[in-house]
Amino acid sequence: MIKLRALIQHLEEGYSKWIFIVPSAILLALFALPLAALILRSVNLDFFDNAFSKQAFHALSLSLVTSSVTTLIAAVFGTPLAYVLARWKFKNKLWLELILDLPIVLPPSVAGLALLIAFGRKGLFGPALSIFGISLPFTTAAVILAQTFVAAPLYVRSARIGFAQVDMQLEESAHVEGANQWQMFSEVMIPLTGRALASGAILTWTRALGEFGATILFAGNLEGVTQTMPMAIYLGFERNLGVALALSVVLIFVSVIMLMLTKKLEKHEH
Amino acid sequence: MMIKQSKFHLKDKLVKRIFAQIFLLAFFLNACGAPASAPHTLTVFAAASLADAFTEIGAAFEAANPGVAVTFNFAGSQALRTQIEEGAIADVFASANIKEMDTLVADKFIAQDAPQIFLTNKLIVILPVDNPAAINKLEDLGRPGIKLVLAAEEVPVGKYTRQMLDQMNDSFGSDFKEKVLANVVSNEDNVKQVAAKVQLGEADAGIVYMSDAVAAPDLKTIEIPADLNVVAEYPIAPLIKSVNANFAAQFTAYVLSAEGQAILQKWGFSPVE
Repeated sequence: MIKLRALIQHLEEGYSKWIFIVPSAILLALFALPLAALILRSVNLDFFDNAFSKQAFHALSLSLVTSSVTTLIAAVFGTPLAYVLARWKFKNKLWLELILDLPIVLPPSVAGLALLIAFGRKGLFGPALSIFGISLPFTTAAVILAQTFVAAPLYVRSARIGFAQVDMQLEESAHVEGANQWQMFSEVMIPLTGRALASGAILTWTRALGEFGATILFAGNLEGVTQTMPMAIYLGFERNLGVALALSVVLIFVSVIMLMLTKKLEKHEH
Repeated sequence: MMIKQSKFHLKDKLVKRIFAQIFLLAFFLNACGAPASAPHTLTVFAAASLADAFTEIGAAFEAANPGVAVTFNFAGSQALRTQIEEGAIADVFASANIKEMDTLVADKFIAQDAPQIFLTNKLIVILPVDNPAAINKLEDLGRPGIKLVLAAEEVPVGKYTRQMLDQMNDSFGSDFKEKVLANVVSNEDNVKQVAAKVQLGEADAGIVYMSDAVAAPDLKTIEIPADLNVVAEYPIAPLIKSVNANFAAQFTAYVLSAEGQAILQKWGFSPVE
């Protein structure tokens, strides 16, 4: 009798286990199989020719430079903003948070169109910019602006969560000891939230590296000036599948390294 | 023991119910995908420049052939060719150049004698209405500092544009093409993007098909004389693997018919000479 019960229990456990395993495996396969197929297809003798072609090199270096500048901008302007959002109390804060979250959920094409309508030559602020001799569309600056629009909110989000987790009492005691806002921020908050800031910066960098929709609408496509890796992949799909495949694999490889880095940072935090 | 059994039974029931719901959902989705009114769906892959004209032709064809729904996939011809090669399901392919069609014939996606030229198109220079760079003649395109937007070289219209510039070298000086290409601020991935950027006033000039200038009315144009222009020939053909071979042939015939040709000319295309 006891044996029978144990057997049923065993069967039952085995049975219910699969209810978890099968759907998980199907969804994971959906993510993994296309990437694996891409890598398999790109593995051939031409891989290095394609990966090191002039077009690929231009696209790769432009992508690395622009996404690094974007991350720098996000850190310089986003850290104070994240601090304000995490620590200050004021009216209508919800609206600020909404503005910040919108670029994350909006399709990049909407971002590109909005940027063009705002900062294009004939846009809302175009005439004002042209007084200073600035014309943004079709420039590398436009690429950076588009990337900042879609990627910087990720940094602010991560930094805000980091700041919010710092114990209020620490701040209070710093305050009691006569620290002003800036000292508190630079000597207490920044050292304590280093990991959150770093993982936010990596997320922003990775997202900026993959930006496509906003860039092609706002900045256009010119090799060496505005043609980033995702754009070279898109056009390569039409002209030279080999270059597109090689660049895709490079992009996957870089993204994997960056994600592993963020995972490591998150693990240390807990 | 009794309790144990009933629990097992309960779980079994739950699983059965979940599966039943999944099947129901699948059935429902399936039913949605195939409206009863149009049992046949004809899928037409057509060059981006054909978007307006073919949308109208599709509606006219549906009206003339009840029971057929036409769906379009508009993109650069080279992108469509790649999609077909990679296994996309299509019944008809209409290309903006002969090269992509020939590639599909060579790869046995389209029968040797199937492609027919159904229209021609010419190039034209477009400018924003206020013409900020004061471009008044073709030679002005080589003036330094102009913001020129072209279609990328991979796109048929981009290739025709560069061919045309080669021909202009004879008339405007041997470095004309070089000077014009130095003014390019963006190589767009399809011809509609070129028209859009000029229409928005972001670029000083663009080169598109005559049909695109007709489709986008808020533009100034500079016509290109026939001896300097390039004539683009558009071929159309049903695909060998089409499961709607009958309708695919009928659609092709409709495009070539007087009704089809009239719609195409309305949108700025020229008939085959």
